[in-house]
Amino acid sequence: MITLKELDDLLFTIKKQFDYDFMDYSKASMLRRIHRFMDINTMKNAVDLKFELINNPTIFQNFINEIVVNVSEFFRDPSFYKSLQEKVFPYLDSYPKINIWSAGCSFGEETYSLNILLKENKLFSKTRIYATDISSNAIERSKKGIYDNTNFKDYTKNYYECGGKESLNNYFVSDERHSMINSELKQNILFSNHNLVADSVFKECQLILCRNVLIYFNTDLQNKALELFYESLPVHGFLAIGKKESLRFSSVFHNFKEIDREEKIYQKIK
Amino acid sequence: MKREVIIIGGSAGAFDSILSILNNLDKSINTPIVIVLHRLKNTVTTFEAILQRNTHYTVKEIEDKDKIEKGFLYTAPADYHVLLEENFTFSLDASELVNFSRPSIDVTFESFSSILKEKCFGILLSGSNQDGAIGLKIMAENNGKTIIQDCNEAEFAIMPKAAKNICNKHKELNTKNIINTLNNEFS
Repeated sequence: MITLKELDDLLFTIKKQFDYDFMDYSKASMLRRIHRFMDINTMKNAVDLKFELINNPTIFQNFINEIVVNVSEFFRDPSFYKSLQEKVFPYLDSYPKINIWSAGCSFGEETYSLNILLKENKLFSKTRIYATDISSNAIERSKKGIYDNTNFKDYTKNYYECGGKESLNNYFVSDERHSMINSELKQNILFSNHNLVADSVFKECQLILCRNVLIYFNTDLQNKALELFYESLPVHGFLAIGKKESLRFSSVFHNFKEIDREEKIYQKIK
Repeated sequence: MKREVIIIGGSAGAFDSILSILNNLDKSINTPIVIVLHRLKNTVTTFEAILQRNTHYTVKEIEDKDKIEKGFLYTAPADYHVLLEENFTFSLDASELVNFSRPSIDVTFESFSSILKEKCFGILLSGSNQDGAIGLKIMAENNGKTIIQDCNEAEFAIMPKAAKNICNKHKELNTKNIINTLNNEFS
């Protein structure tokens, strides 16, 4: 397994050679992901790993897909979605057109969860969602919108807990093993590659969802991402971050007010 | 500050031992404590409030990048793994379950041990799965102090037994002796 020193060295090489900048990611988390990747690929040390990454493009692509955490679920934290519908949706409804940025969308679970609730709250037709992720693999998977049936019992439970009005199955076409999100729910979403580290503002959005993405960054990079969100929001726009994430280390902390302290929903006030 | 941390892992049947340990810990002790207990997600729990009534520490559920400080007892939030950064702050992680668990005790034990080495004091209590065993072994190998709850005392012995089965360096103690050891070690 690799040391922190070797990790720094490796991340520097990846940045120089491949233009992927993970230098300001959480070291603890990076170390875990990389150890996991090495385990799966039976690599023993930093030298092996570096050699493979440099010389084998397929392995490098797998590496990128693997170290970026793409674990999510439909309606993760139902209490968050409940609050979003109660406290943010009525406000969004006052706009003639709504833009939403789902930043770090993983395989699309969160984006589609949001879209289902927009539909149920009759905001769907005037909303455009920009869903971005650093991983092109994640973007491809999101566009397909196909999910294993294994966890749907939990998803259904979550869905009802956040106030779902229909049957969750109505939004999917299923066979024995997989469920695909209805094509209608894909129409208003633009999935694209975006790197919170390197890229800039691309659209003004009234709501930005970036939940459980910042935890994988160090505080410098968190701050940078939050500044980007700040720039992308109009005054009175909303920002939702993960339940155990915080704005308090950020330079833009005082530009937001808390809409829901528990669920970490904020509104830009200046 | 001396970068030393007491980390307690447990699952089913561990709660009473935790309360007993906290209640009987010498009041002069302020070494940071981290508790990783398997718990249900999406439920409002009074876990932290109960802990607070039983300890002289300030109880705090961990938020991402919180700095570890003396006199604080930190609890792992439901649905996140807890990691330690080199600068003595926590990082949370919402990746795959480990041993069917998130938080996983193995993940926290391993992460803390990799940074703190012999400055880790790990305690693994009652529980009905094997989470924690591998992490505690790593901790012992890095010369941290490691204790498992007496398998005869533990309400569910699977967890401490699993640790014992793969490593013979752990001390096996009942709750009373865990308390004595902590009081001798840290006060």
